[in-house]
Amino acid sequence: MEKSNAGKWFYLLALVMLLAALVFGVLAALSYSSQGLWKESLGFIKLRPLHVSSALFWILTGANGIVFFALQAMGLKLFSPVLARVQWLLWVVAMAGIFYSYFSGDFGGREYWEYPPVWSVFIFMAWVLLAINFFMSTGSFHQRPVYFWMWSTGIIFFLLIFLENYLWIFPSFREHFLQDTTIQWKVNGSLVGCWNQMIYGTAMFLMEKISGDKTTARSPLAFSMYFLGLFNLMFNWSHHIYTLPTAEYVRYIGYIVSMTEWIILLRIIYTWKAAVSTAKKHLHYYPYRFLLAADAWVFLNLFLALLMSVPAINLYTHGTHFTVAHAMGTTIGINSMLLLAAGFEFSGLKVPGQNKTIRAAFIMVQVSLLLFWIVLIAAGVYKANWQMNHPEISHTQMMQSLRPVFVVFTLAGLVLMFSLGSIAFYLFKKMTGPGQHLSTFPA
Amino acid sequence: MVLQWPKYVFLILTVLFVTYSIHIYSLPEGISKNYHPALAAEGRLVWQKYNCQSCHQLFGLGGYLGPDLSNVYSAKGKGPVYINAFTRSGSGQMPAFNPDPNEMNALLEFLKSVDDCGVASPAHFKVKPDGMISNPG
Ligand code: HEC
Ligand code: HEM
Repeated sequence: MEKSNAGKWFYLLALVMLLAALVFGVLAALSYSSQGLWKESLGFIKLRPLHVSSALFWILTGANGIVFFALQAMGLKLFSPVLARVQWLLWVVAMAGIFYSYFSGDFGGREYWEYPPVWSVFIFMAWVLLAINFFMSTGSFHQRPVYFWMWSTGIIFFLLIFLENYLWIFPSFREHFLQDTTIQWKVNGSLVGCWNQMIYGTAMFLMEKISGDKTTARSPLAFSMYFLGLFNLMFNWSHHIYTLPTAEYVRYIGYIVSMTEWIILLRIIYTWKAAVSTAKKHLHYYPYRFLLAADAWVFLNLFLALLMSVPAINLYTHGTHFTVAHAMGTTIGINSMLLLAAGFEFSGLKVPGQNKTIRAAFIMVQVSLLLFWIVLIAAGVYKANWQMNHPEISHTQMMQSLRPVFVVFTLAGLVLMFSLGSIAFYLFKKMTGPGQHLSTFPA
Repeated sequence: MVLQWPKYVFLILTVLFVTYSIHIYSLPEGISKNYHPALAAEGRLVWQKYNCQSCHQLFGLGGYLGPDLSNVYSAKGKGPVYINAFTRSGSGQMPAFNPDPNEMNALLEFLKSVDDCGVASPAHFKVKPDGMISNPG
C-alpha cells in the first residue's frame, strides 16, 4: 500500500502561498515607497491584505502539512485520507474566495483577516477535519512526548480561538471600541501562539529525529518549556494594547507574563553549543541549517519582543515599524525557517549539501532578512522619535523623510523575494518531480 | 517513563484561561453615553468594509502607511466635516472613497466612539518606576 501523501499536498499548497506572499510583499513595498502607485486599481489597500493573508496561509497550511508529514514519519496511519482530501479542498476554496474578494476590493474583515467573514467558515470546517483526522490517528496524547501536546494544543486552541475571532459578528460585541479591541487583540495574540505550538512541536520532533535522542522530548524540562509557552499563549496578549485605556491589572498581567519569556531566552544561550554538537549535520544538511538559522532568529526576535513588552519601551515602539520588524522577523526568520527545515527533511529529497544554488540562496536569505529587519527597526526609531517629540511635524512629512529607508527596505525585500523564492521553487519542483506519487492525492 | 503532572498543569491552565476570558468579556469598559453604541457598531463595519485599517491605526493598531486616526474626531481644525471631506477626496497615497450618507454617518459615530476612549498619542503617557505606563489624565 502506498504511504499517505497528505503532508505533501498541504506543503505544496503552502509553497504556492509563500511565493504569493513574496510577490505581493514586494509590490506592497513598491506602492509604499512610491507616491500612491496604482492607487485606484491595485494599490496598497489591496496589496497589504493580499500579502499578509498569503503569508498567514503559508504558515497555516504549512503547519498542517508538516504535522501530517511528522505523523507519517512516525509510522502512524492516517485515520482518513478522504477527510484530508476534503480538508485540502476546503482550503483551496477559501483561498480562491479570499483572493477573489481582495482583487475585487471586497473587504469586510479585520486586520490579518480582511476578507468577508464567510470565507472563514471554510477555514473553520477545514480545521475541524484536521482535528478529527489528527486525534483519530494519534489517540490520546497524554502519554506521548511533548511535541504531541504541542500539536494537540495548537490544533484545539486554534479552533476555539478562531471562533472567538468572529464574536464581532454580533453587534453587541462591537458597541464599545475598548471592549471590542481588547478582545480582538486577545484573540490575535493567542492565534499566533497556536500556530507556533504546531510549528515548534514539529521542530522538536525534527531535532529528535536528527539527533536520535529520544529522551529530551519526554523530559520534565521539555514539559516545563511547553507550559511556559502555553501560559504565554493564554495570558501575554495585553502587551499588544498597553496604550488602550483598559483596566490597569489587565496590562500588568500581560507585562508580567511576557517577562517570563526571558527564561526561554536564557535557556537558548545556555544550550546553544549542546544543540550544535548533537546534530548529525551531514545527513540532514539543509534541515539542520534551517533549524540553526531559526535558532539565531529566535534569539534576535525574542530579545526585541521582550523589550517591546516592557510598557515604558512599548510606548516608543508601539504603532511604529518596530512592530513590522517584529512581525516579519518572526514569521520569516522563525516560522518560515522551521517550515523549510521540515520541508527538506520530510520530503525525503536527498539534497546534497554542496548544491550550489540552495547554498547561495540560503545565505542570501539570511543576509537580506537581516538588512530588512535592521532597516525596519531604523524606521521604527525614527517614527518613535517623531511621535514622542515632534507633534509639529505632520505624519506625511515624517513619512516623506523616511522614503530613502523604504527604498532600502524594498531592495532588501527584492533580494529576499528572489532567494527565498528560489528555495520555495526548488522544493516545489522536487516535490512534484518524477516518482512523487502525487496522482493519488491524498492516499 | 511517562510524567503524570503535565495533565494537571494543563487542566489548571485551561480553567484559568477560560475564567480570565469570561472575565474580559464581561468588563464594563468603555461604556459611555457620549455616542450611540448601535450606530458606532455599524460604523465599525463601514471602517472594515472600506479597509481603512490597512493604512490607518486606532490606538496604534493597524497599518502604517497613514496617520493614526484615534483622535481625529476631536482634533483642532479637524473633526466630522474634515473627515468626511478627506475620505471623499483622498490625498497622496490615500484613494478617494464614496460611502453613502448612512455609511458616512455610522463611520463618523464610530470614530467618535474611538475618540471618546481617551488620548492615544504616546507622548501623553506617564512612566512609572516599575516600567508600567499610566493614562493621560
Ligand atoms: C491606501 C492607504 C489608505 C487607506 C486605505 C485609507 N487611508 Fe486615509 N490616509 C492615508 C494617508 C497616506 C493619509 C495622509 C495623506 C496626506 O496627508 O496627504 C491619510 C489621511 C487620512 C485622514 C486625514 C488625517 C489627518 O489627521 O489629517 C483621514 C481623516 C483619513 N485618512 C480617513 C480615512 C478613512 C475614513 C479611510 C477608510 C474609508 C481611509 N482613510 C483609508 C492612507 C489611506
Ligand atoms: C515569507 C515572507 C514574508 C512573510 C511571512 C511576511 C509577513 C508579513 C506580516 C505578518 C506582515 C504584517 C505586519 C504587521 O502588521 O505588523 C507583513 C507586512 C508587510 N510586509 Fe511582509 N512578509 C514576508 C515577506 C515580505 C517581503 C519580501 C516584502 C517586500 C519588501 C514584504 C513587505 C511587507 C510590507 C510592505 C508590509 C506592510 C507593512 C505596513 O503596513 O506598513 N514582506 N508581512
